This record gives sequence, C-alpha cells and structure tokens, in this order.
Amino acid sequence: MKPHRQQPLYFAFLLHRLSGLGLALFLPFHFYVLALALEGNAELDQFLHWSASPLVKFAESGLVFLLAIHLFGGLRLLALENLPWSNSHKNYAAMALAGGFFVACGFLLRAF
Amino acid sequence: MPQQSSQTILDVVTWIQRHLDAGLSYRFACRVGMCGSCAMMVNGIPRWTCRTHVNKVMRDNSLTIEPLRNLPLIKDLACDMSEFFEKWTDSKGYFQGSTTRHDPVSTLSPNSPQRRVADAATECINCAICYASCDVVNWNRDYLGPAALNRAWSLQNDERDSASAERLSVVAGDAGCHQCHSQQGCATYCPNELNPTASIAGLKRMVAKAYVRGELGAGGKGRQGPESDA
Amino acid sequence: MLEVRLYLAQRASAAIMAPLVLIHLGVMIYTIQGGVDAAEILERTRGSFFWGANYGLFVIAVSVHAAIGLRNILREWLSLRGIGLAIISWIFFAGLLMAGLRAVAAVVIA
Repeated sequence: MKPHRQQPLYFAFLLHRLSGLGLALFLPFHFYVLALALEGNAELDQFLHWSASPLVKFAESGLVFLLAIHLFGGLRLLALENLPWSNSHKNYAAMALAGGFFVACGFLLRAF
Repeated sequence: MPQQSSQTILDVVTWIQRHLDAGLSYRFACRVGMCGSCAMMVNGIPRWTCRTHVNKVMRDNSLTIEPLRNLPLIKDLACDMSEFFEKWTDSKGYFQGSTTRHDPVSTLSPNSPQRRVADAATECINCAICYASCDVVNWNRDYLGPAALNRAWSLQNDERDSASAERLSVVAGDAGCHQCHSQQGCATYCPNELNPTASIAGLKRMVAKAYVRGELGAGGKGRQGPESDA
Repeated sequence: MLEVRLYLAQRASAAIMAPLVLIHLGVMIYTIQGGVDAAEILERTRGSFFWGANYGLFVIAVSVHAAIGLRNILREWLSLRGIGLAIISWIFFAGLLMAGLRAVAAVVIA
C-alpha cells in the first residue's frame, strides 16, 4: 500500500467501502432466498437447514460484522459531516471497528 | 553525501544539484516554510522539504525523493502547478468585496464564531501537499481538491465577501465538495496543520442547506469538461 | 447538481436505515439461537403491518444507498463515466428494488 495511505482514517474509509460493496453484492442473494417463501415453507426451510451448518454460521457472522461495521462507520461519517468538528475521529473509527467485532461475536455466541 | 545536524531534505536535494547533477531541476524559494514551493514526496509521503529533517524521515538508512503526486511532471522534481492554481480560481478562491476605497473600513470582531471559522482555514501556503495526498483527486481529475475547497470555506465565512452565492454554486458542482470521502490525508499531512476535511464538511452542510431552501444556482461551471458526468 | 442530489440521497437513505439496521441486527441475534425455520420467520412477519412497513422502507432505502455507493466505486476505482455509469447504476437500483420488494411481499403477504 502506498505510504501516504498508511493512516487510520484511510483504513476506516477502505473498510467502509469494502463492507458496503460486500453487503451490496450479498443483497440480491438475500432477497432471492427470502422470496423462496413465495413457493412455500418447504423451499425456504431447505435453505435454512443448509444455513444451520457451522461453516455457514461463521460466514453469516462475517456478514453481521460487515453490516455492523458499515452501520457504525456510517454513523461516524454522518457525525463528521453534520455535527460540529471533532478531532477524535481516529478514536471513533477504532470504536466503530470494536463495535463491529462486538456485535459479530454476540451473533456467534448465540448461534452456537 | 556528508551528513550534518538539522539537515533538511531540501539541503540534500541542493547538495545533489551542486555536487552530483548540475542539471537537477527542483523548486524552492524561502527555505523557512513560508512560500510553499518546495513540496516533494519523501519516502512516498508529501512533505515540505525545507522544514523536514532527514533524521526524522529516513527509513532503513535510505531516502526516496520524488515529485509531488497528482500533478503533471515538468522535469525531475518540478511539477506543473497550473491545474492546482486553476482550480483555486475556478472555485472562486479569491476575495470579492462590495465596497470601495471611499467607504469606511469594515470592523471585524476576531472573536465572532464565523470569523474564528474563517481564520482557522486561512493559513494555507499553497504547497499542494494536500492535493498530492488526496485520493479523490487521483480518482477524479476534475475534483477541485482540498486546498481550493478549504480556501472557499474560509471565504464563505468572511462576512465582507460578496461572491458567496456564486462560490457556493461552484463548490456544489459535480467536481466540488461532495466528492470528498473524509479520508483526512490532507489534514494528516498539511504542514500548517490545517484541516481541509473539516472545511469541506462545512461546505457540504452549507450546500445542503442552500439546496433544501432552493437557493442553489445552476453553477458548477468550473472544470466541467466533457470528461465529467452528465 | 447531480452530485449534490446523489450525496443528499445517500445521506438521507443512510439516516433512515440506521435505526432499521439496529432492529435488523437485534432481531438476527435474538432469533439465531436454536436456529431459524421458515415457520418462525413467517409467523412474525405474515400479515404484520409493522414488519411490512419496516422491511419495505428498508428495501427502498437500501436500493438507493447501495446503487449510489456502487456508482462511486465504479467511477473512482474503475474510471467508468457518462452514460455507461448511469445505466449500470440504474439497473442495479431497479434490480435491488424489485427483488427486495418481492422478498418483502413473500414474507409479509399471507
């Protein structure tokens, strides 16, 4: 990575962009699965049983992490742009990351 | 080359020109961090070379000195600064008064909130370090960039300035403040510790308010070439 | 002006989604224990005005938000410009919106 990018708020930007991209690409699949309910409970259940396997649960916690980190990172940006200026954005970005891990771990703990 | 105490990057470049390569082209003037002409990439990071000490930035006993990023190269370490200054004028980065010499001198309180905001953004030396550190400039060649927008924000908060509406419509243009992703590379590397990201956030709010109130002109005429979006 | 409008739409959709995402995360963490099955989901959502409005609004906001975000990425990282960029962004928006509303209908309408 280029040296000038090696600063915390660039990483915060990158994480926000990549998590957003990941979520955007996951959404069509998410919607497709839910629409299976149109064809009756059996179709949806077939998928849900597949998703109960440990590996898929881990992958799901990854998605939960992406969603949480994008939420917290996005709230940070809304605050940056709309509230009086704060010089603590490196701390806020770190807190957003920690919050993302916290939520994803909470999900994992409940899933198993 | 001989190492000396308090040796700056500019000293190194000058030594190279005097002893190794007389044809080496680079730019400097004041040597004391006032003029903003000697900025270069030092080990990949944009810095004012006259105030950057070698022993503070040397990594593994080596230094890589390159011309500023995001600007066309003329020769060696000298960049063409035209687009940087053109964007400055495109974004109406100059004071436009409405009074004449016959009017009384306006009185300004240095303590008014608006004046404090304007002052906070005012000490720019046009070194283009923020411009070189900005990824949005790199991704969108039309983007006005941190220095020009920071200047625009300062002027928007100058109560004597009379071009506020026109300036706002330019910074609200497709190459304007909304392109900024708040990565804060500009604020990280600004040698005068200005924060263009904070200024741009202020412009975003100002534009949003004007848009909602229907006060935003058609604007955005500066640098809207065929490359920019429909 | 296009960029101002996109910026405002991006931020407005984000602000709308913030509480919806919190609810979504809460529901996910709450229901994941013991696994989920279709009956459990549909029992909660079928015929519910609250969940219908919640997810309907969510789908509209996320379609706007994701399409604008994707547009930024295509523009900045792949240098896409002009009509091509507009077409891809609009297709992504329309596709997400239709697939999303269909999914909401599937789980809400009995």
